[in-house]
Amino acid sequence: MIGADAIVKCLEAEGVEYVFGYPGVAICPFYNSILDSDIQTILIRTEQNAAHAASGLARVSGKVGVCAVTSGPGATNLITGVATAFADSIPLVCITGQVNSELLGSDVFQEADITGAVESFVKYSYLVKDANDIPRVFKEAFHLANTGRKGPVLIDVPIDIQNSPVGKFKYPEEVNMRTYKPTVKGNMAQIKKVIKELEKAKRPIICAGGGVLLSHAEEELKKFAEEYQIPVVSTMMGIGVMPTRHPMYYGMVGNNGKPYANRAMNESDLLLMVGARVADRAVNQPDVITENKVLIHIDVDPAEIGKNVGPAIPLVGDAKHIFEDILKEDFNGEHSEWIALLNEYRSAMQPVRKPNPDYVDPAAFITMLSDAMEEDGVYVADVGQNQIWSCGYHIVKKGRFLTTGGMGTMGYSIPAAMGAKLADRKRQVVAVCGDGSFQMSMMELATMRQFDVPVKIIVLKNNYLGMVRQYQHFTYKDNYSVVDLSGSPDLEKLSAAYDMKFMRQYTMEGVADTIKAFLENDESVLLECLIDPMDLV
Amino acid sequence: MKKIYSVLVENRSGVLCKVAGLFSRRCFNIDSLAVGETEDSAVSRMTIVSSGDQRTIEQIEKQLNKKIDVIKVKTFDEPESVSRELMLMKVKYNKSNRRDIMETCEIMDADIVDMSKNMMVIQICDVPERIRLFISMMQGISIVEMARTGTLALQKCLETEN
Repeated sequence: MIGADAIVKCLEAEGVEYVFGYPGVAICPFYNSILDSDIQTILIRTEQNAAHAASGLARVSGKVGVCAVTSGPGATNLITGVATAFADSIPLVCITGQVNSELLGSDVFQEADITGAVESFVKYSYLVKDANDIPRVFKEAFHLANTGRKGPVLIDVPIDIQNSPVGKFKYPEEVNMRTYKPTVKGNMAQIKKVIKELEKAKRPIICAGGGVLLSHAEEELKKFAEEYQIPVVSTMMGIGVMPTRHPMYYGMVGNNGKPYANRAMNESDLLLMVGARVADRAVNQPDVITENKVLIHIDVDPAEIGKNVGPAIPLVGDAKHIFEDILKEDFNGEHSEWIALLNEYRSAMQPVRKPNPDYVDPAAFITMLSDAMEEDGVYVADVGQNQIWSCGYHIVKKGRFLTTGGMGTMGYSIPAAMGAKLADRKRQVVAVCGDGSFQMSMMELATMRQFDVPVKIIVLKNNYLGMVRQYQHFTYKDNYSVVDLSGSPDLEKLSAAYDMKFMRQYTMEGVADTIKAFLENDESVLLECLIDPMDLV
Repeated sequence: MKKIYSVLVENRSGVLCKVAGLFSRRCFNIDSLAVGETEDSAVSRMTIVSSGDQRTIEQIEKQLNKKIDVIKVKTFDEPESVSRELMLMKVKYNKSNRRDIMETCEIMDADIVDMSKNMMVIQICDVPERIRLFISMMQGISIVEMARTGTLALQKCLETEN
């Protein structure tokens, strides 16, 4: 057995089913060894998308996403995907090939100091210098990636280490790291303190972030909100913590959120932040929003508490465990006046759009589309105006809403949707992107065809980089600079080239039928919707 | 506010880079940084002196704790610590100022550890404040070069400590 075989054995021991990647000489021993395994390899068309695909898979399966690329440019191309997963706290293990360990540091062909380069975008990284370390390193890496505050871990393996003989392979049963013991259970004294504050509160609100989804605490959150009658809002990463139409859910907060959600947060006297970073998009002026209220911050990462907002009552731990513990306590929750007020806000402050009848209205379209999707469907939103419309008008039932709220990486949706589909082929997966973000990942149509990953794709086409155009409209008084997307391909011909079904929708007329036909079969379809180039989110 | 962070880390390659990178990425100041092995060769101690407001101080400690290679972080104020810095200073001397230099060294408890016809190397090990004082005392003399270790510090002995 050689190092590369050991790596494959580690992946098998971790129950890995798919590896997304792109080979090159420095990772070839690994790709040779994996031929003898049942693990399926997916040849992605550019490395960044390997990380995005692994991210989509991780978010739907709850398991660690795995990608493997070669040294040098393969590794550096991966960085944006790794940084995206880091910002969104998605568990990945990324394997990079490396030049011969004896040549490290001599700038030979395709050498890049990848562990150095990704340092600020990974939870941890390894450079393996002895093949016998492989089992321990992989055991640790999977553990690190998927516990505590989740995130990507990178393992750099020089080609000679992949080729060097390994003694008897034994995958460790336990991780033994003296420096890493994340707090999972909440401190009981702090929980009691939180309950005391909850009892006093007249206008409490929960702001749920992506951490709730990462800890699979949706059910507990719902039960908590229902039992103690506490309204819920969410951040962008938290969309899907509760069904959109749940009476206790008041939508997404932030710059691009629902006005009544922001108002609810502003007027509350107790704000319970859970699994949220309180970043600038969600909370523009943290100091203002936390004035005159009790702030309780629950997060598995103690460094998030007090980083962007404070002071707060800190409660460090995993959201699921903490909700379970709070639910064991008995206290009175009755806030009918507050809820009635929020319901009033919700009906009075509905955003009003004046869609141009000559085009498809993205807002109405997204609502109809998501409503027509299967209940447990996965909706993947890209970045740009399309993302904001998706966040604002998408209906979650029992499914998932995936997007990159942290890094905001264009081109995320198609590869992430592929990963999501592979995680569970029975589920319907729709990627919604703009014509800008589509072109950042359209090379992956080939991957979809090659590996038969039937993702459904919507392209909201306006011939502009809409989000930037909108910014230039407001900030630079319509002095548009480098936002015109003329020269984009004819998507009908492109679909034909990839042997994919194509549909086009010009206006809202007959949209319902189009959506029905689009969702009908479990096959890849590309649906182009022409939207008003001058539309604003 | 000045704080001393005494950080025990795994003695592995790249750890210094990770910790220093954390400070630069998050825009934390480093006033000084000293690293060395501890009694356990698998563990190194970094002594970092940094300054910032209350929130920054708290963040530095939390972010350090988050690093996988960090075993333990102790944060304390200068008065709570025993701190020392070592400095080597090479100066040019002549007949007229040799006596002065030697007197200053004597008063400041500094040693002359190497000498030639017109140069000498002075060593001083003291609290950072006295090092600064010594430098200012030597300002009138031609300093050729100098090297400082940065602050090393341990928390003062406490009754309760075992």
